[in-house]
Amino acid sequence: MTSIAARGVGRPRLGLFRRSKAKISERRMPTGRQLLFQLLCLFIAFTVLFPILWILSLSVDCRGLSRPDGLNLIPPCVTLDSYTNVLAQPTSNPISFLELARNSLFVAASTAILSVLIGVSAAYAFARLDFKGREILMVAILGVLMLPAVATIAPLFVLLTRVQVGDFTLGRTLAGVMVAVVSSTLPFAIWNLKGYLDTIPRELEEAAAVDGATRNQSFRLIILPLAIPALAVTGFLGFIAGWTEYYFTVIFISDAPQFTLALALNGMVGQFATTTPWSEFSAFAIMFALPVSLVYLVLQKYIIGGLAIGGVKG
Amino acid sequence: MTAASAQIPPRPRRRRVSRDARTAYLYLAPAFVVMGVITFYPLLFQTYMSFTDFALRNLRPGADAPPFVGLDNYIRILSSNLSIPNFEFLRLVFFNLWWAFSNVVIHVVLGVLIAVLLNTQGLRFKRAWRAIYILPVVIPPIIVATVWRNMFDQEDGAINQVLTTLGGAFSIPSETFQIAWLREAQDPIPFIPLPLSYFALLTANTWLGWPLNSVVATGALQSIPSELYEAAEMDGASGWQKFKTVTLTYLRPAMLPYAIYGFVVTFNLFYLSYFMSGGEPFGRTELLVTQAFRLVNEQRLYGVGAAFAIILFFILLAITIVTNRLARATARYDA
Repeated sequence: MTSIAARGVGRPRLGLFRRSKAKISERRMPTGRQLLFQLLCLFIAFTVLFPILWILSLSVDCRGLSRPDGLNLIPPCVTLDSYTNVLAQPTSNPISFLELARNSLFVAASTAILSVLIGVSAAYAFARLDFKGREILMVAILGVLMLPAVATIAPLFVLLTRVQVGDFTLGRTLAGVMVAVVSSTLPFAIWNLKGYLDTIPRELEEAAAVDGATRNQSFRLIILPLAIPALAVTGFLGFIAGWTEYYFTVIFISDAPQFTLALALNGMVGQFATTTPWSEFSAFAIMFALPVSLVYLVLQKYIIGGLAIGGVKG
Repeated sequence: MTAASAQIPPRPRRRRVSRDARTAYLYLAPAFVVMGVITFYPLLFQTYMSFTDFALRNLRPGADAPPFVGLDNYIRILSSNLSIPNFEFLRLVFFNLWWAFSNVVIHVVLGVLIAVLLNTQGLRFKRAWRAIYILPVVIPPIIVATVWRNMFDQEDGAINQVLTTLGGAFSIPSETFQIAWLREAQDPIPFIPLPLSYFALLTANTWLGWPLNSVVATGALQSIPSELYEAAEMDGASGWQKFKTVTLTYLRPAMLPYAIYGFVVTFNLFYLSYFMSGGEPFGRTELLVTQAFRLVNEQRLYGVGAAFAIILFFILLAITIVTNRLARATARYDA
């Protein structure tokens, strides 16, 4: 399944007659039909690009409009003022974009690292080892995967607020948010990684075992290096979950220095945005999306293939 | 390699298993401990909470244990007897099912059609089109939802502006297009009890959803041996007949698991409903997940929220069982 996307583009056509056949049919598409199909493709591309162009245009419009005055997909002139404003202070709260990003990064990176580190060894046990209770544990993990993370808010909030050391209450901090996110990304990581490890041929480890490698050695020296794409994808999906986390954060966090990008974004949307210019909302949305979207583009074929193997988790 | 391993006498089965088991428990230990504390224990605690009247006053440390109310929370949810506005359990479930179903049908149909279009022999610029069409997939849903919320804004949204521009060409006054997409209480189509905001959500989710289906369909399309089309041509099949007998037959087993995956994802899609319509009008575009969140975040009904989550779990379990049956039936058809 990993190759679904890979197969998508420019696959070389092999075979004795295939090449000439393909050429014949290349010629067979008449200009009129080619034009019609290209127009159709252009229309689809326009619908896909429309929202993106719209906020891109709003974000760089030089007229400093607080609200769009009409449909402008190409602004009359360009400025980066909105970006500098947003970087300095996106909302009425005294916190800069970079501080918000640092808070989101903390949740995202720790979620990614924890769920992959803890997940991969458990995934290995499920994929390769035979032990009592294997089936029951796997059903338990699948059962957990079925419940969306947002439906575990009540107990996680109650329990994490009970963890108190002096003034520190876990359920009121970003560390608590991270714990809540890991609570659902970890089972996903185990399931996703197990699916990938299942596709690595057992013969590799059997050969290593013949050469006298222990389980630990073959895990470290054979499985882990081979699993790097899956580790990267699983870590990245955990990173996105933390980077865009909203529902735990909004319940747990109430003081401005701990606010995250997702909380600030919500404060800048239409109905609340009487004080926020739309150009700044657009600049914020773009800067919020860009880091993860670029990585997603690079990892896309692994992610889409991996999702097909992995579980279902919203 | 195989020859070498064949010469080694097989180890006694029992020893091997127990040694494996010891390693396995060691490998499982970190995940087991962490999940035990932050995943499984909270779920057990959720079950306990669902039988109590857990409220804000029970939250602070050292507070009294919440009163035990038995099945009261469940009964009140199932009989829509909660003291919160616009809560009607059955309507919520049916809307949620219809939401997921209607979206997936549109996603799959559009995804397949566009994949077929892009797979046409001789079409130029395929790579460029595919590179553009993947964009909705890579943008985080929370950002998609907030951007579309502004797109559908009544005064300044791009959708109303496009309509005003188009309407202007037919000299329709611009006031006609001050449409309150996300709040309008009057249903747009008589006899169909779906609010306007449902159609706005559907539009945004169509934008978001078809590209991934198109990628999957493309993979399946390219695995169809072209000999089949040639054979069909020789038998004098028309374009539509080829599409029906060859393309669809091959697409079905690949698309069905993905459609099921999409159904569950869409069923639990928090961001669009929450950020775009906020459940408006009158909670009619609320989903189970957004309602679960509101019970905890806005109403502070922790006990009811816990019971609601457990009901949601059983609904999802039922969906999983039904869709698995469906998938297995189709797998047999394929074989």
